[in-house]
Amino acid sequence: MQALRFEAVELGQDAARLRAEVRAFLVEQVAAGALDARGDFVSGFSAAFSGALAARGWIGMTWPKRYGGAERSALERYVVIEELLAVGAPVAAHWIADRQSGPLLLRFGTEEQRQTFLPPVTRGTCFFCIGMSEPDSGSDLASVRTRADPVAGGFAITGRKVWTSNAHRSHFMVALARTGAAGEDRRGGLSQFIVDLTSPGLTIRPILNLAGRHEFNEVTFDAVFVPEARVVGKIGDGWKQVTSELAHERSGPERFLSVMHLLALAVAAAGRAPDARVRVAIGRLVAHLWTLRRMSLSVAGMLHSGSVPELEATIVKDLGNLFEQEAPEHLRLVVDPDAPGASAYRQALEDVILDAPSYSLRGGTREILRGIIARGLGLR
Amino acid sequence: MSEITTLIAESAARLFAGEVDKPLLDAAEAGTFPTALWTAVAAAGLPDALCLESEGLWPNWEAGAAVLVEAGRAAAPVPLAETMIARWLLAHAGVHPPDGPLSIAPTRRQGDALTLAAAGGGWTASGRLLEVAGAWHAAGLVSVVAAGGDAHLVLLAGEDLERVRRAALSGEAHADLLLSGRRAMVAPLPAGLGADVLWRAGALARSLQMAGALQRVLAIATGYAQERVQFGRPIGKFQAVQQALARLAQETAAAQAAAISAARAASQGEARFAVAAAKLRTGEAAGIAAGIAHQVLGAIGFTHEHVLHHLTRRLWTWREEFGRESDWARSLGALAAATGGDGLWPLLADD
Repeated sequence: MQALRFEAVELGQDAARLRAEVRAFLVEQVAAGALDARGDFVSGFSAAFSGALAARGWIGMTWPKRYGGAERSALERYVVIEELLAVGAPVAAHWIADRQSGPLLLRFGTEEQRQTFLPPVTRGTCFFCIGMSEPDSGSDLASVRTRADPVAGGFAITGRKVWTSNAHRSHFMVALARTGAAGEDRRGGLSQFIVDLTSPGLTIRPILNLAGRHEFNEVTFDAVFVPEARVVGKIGDGWKQVTSELAHERSGPERFLSVMHLLALAVAAAGRAPDARVRVAIGRLVAHLWTLRRMSLSVAGMLHSGSVPELEATIVKDLGNLFEQEAPEHLRLVVDPDAPGASAYRQALEDVILDAPSYSLRGGTREILRGIIARGLGLR
Repeated sequence: MSEITTLIAESAARLFAGEVDKPLLDAAEAGTFPTALWTAVAAAGLPDALCLESEGLWPNWEAGAAVLVEAGRAAAPVPLAETMIARWLLAHAGVHPPDGPLSIAPTRRQGDALTLAAAGGGWTASGRLLEVAGAWHAAGLVSVVAAGGDAHLVLLAGEDLERVRRAALSGEAHADLLLSGRRAMVAPLPAGLGADVLWRAGALARSLQMAGALQRVLAIATGYAQERVQFGRPIGKFQAVQQALARLAQETAAAQAAAISAARAASQGEARFAVAAAKLRTGEAAGIAAGIAHQVLGAIGFTHEHVLHHLTRRLWTWREEFGRESDWARSLGALAAATGGDGLWPLLADD
């Protein structure tokens, strides 16, 4: 069994200054009505808001300046994104490119790919989505059947991706497709491609979620041509490339801040002197949230100093999701959503209740995460 | 961790691993004070860990954390946390501490009462303190008492304590203390420290001890699942057991992060928020984790012969002491309500 590492992390004075800048920016945005549609990192989509963030240099902010980045530290990025998520700012448009696709290209992409895609991402004008799940490939990602066949000058992709969040509002997809046999460990023969979502043969159809909202999609590929130059990394290395960034994806503040906005509204609705039962329920949630943030920051600190704490990151995600799902269940019983003046709280509560099932599905289901933790404990 | 903290953590781990075993734990529970263990602890300087390189008002909780996590991991049956806190506070007030293990009384329990009276140029203390942790063997007791609008630090010598032994759920040697006009050493509480300094320091200490004990519980449960064979394979190969142990690891991780972060904060300031959150979160983790560990170990873990209960019974005791989860939740909830909805995030994030 490996020891769990969670050291205390301090962000320092520079981070405090940056935090103040972000808060001032958010005050302006609220005044301008840009934060009316609150959401989380999947549901709050606003190209205009992403553009405003880009103008401040807060998209791709850790990337090299030659690609439009600001060469800020990962911990500075942490400060920016947690401030945005805490108020439910609509960050979904640029989220995937900023968190995932950009870093993927920095790590495995060609120089031409970086120069082509990263600058427009940092300008807030180029949005990415991720094509991984398929009708028969959910948690079992190695079973992906969408295939990329070699053709003159590149590949022809044929197959179907589902649950592709915001594909209908994005410009490119990083698609995982089969280019060879899976091999004995089932992890071979997968490759990643940058697919232009306006390509001929590619069709995007909405899949409405249980709330009736259009966030995810079915994306079908009918011999969609992808030029050789849009292969990410090496052919056959898809599995390794996809899993190499999991610690970044799993431990971020988006895994527990989906309910921060709700919690703040609950505190407001509860008034300045709530009874003991309300104080206990809110105080408990606040302690959990504080702990999750300390855990997440601790992982961010380790990532910042170059280690890859996969076990710790996985723990943060599942615990964060548990908290996000538990919070509305407790709050609804102690802070009355029907009280006069509580309409914003009630709206946020209803939104979170409807979103909550997705928290422990997206980015790795609870059962898969716990399997990874069990492996870290030496049980598998 | 700083170099000194790493050194003290390693020396504490080595010391406890060498000194604390199952026979020692059983003997301590039966009433024998582990003198050799205490001598080794004192010789290693562990009782003064909070005073190490601590120049300002705040204790060196990083060194304290390193020691107390290891003490918790070993279930060391000595009042080291109480002694550390007492010695730090006495050092600050310029009072020479008695040798030997000390106890602390925050006087926050229902039924606690401690009053001071001036007598012949000195002071006497009277009252009753219930279920004081570590008090049965203590060579002295430190408390904080309000008198005349000020908070005073009070030190009572061991021979002046009338004790009634109270066995804690953990089997640790607690005691009810009866004081009828006993002489007391009184000093002003150092400026800047609140009257509840012992309550909060105790809460942080228990959080750290729980974090250590939880790491051991996780190791015991994981090790058992890898060895115990049923249906032809180790039970740790079954997904149901794996998922339960993953939950145990999560709670252990949360306790560790909360306690260590609060210790860092308390090295630099009063850390009211962090200590409250840490005691709540570690206490909650303690209950969940103990339940899972006992489920995984089955009947053998329910025997007195097995070591697990020395850890789990301590977890069940420590979560009660210096404020249980509901107490700290209430104070955090009141703080959140007073701060208001817009102030909630800054309360959490501004450090």
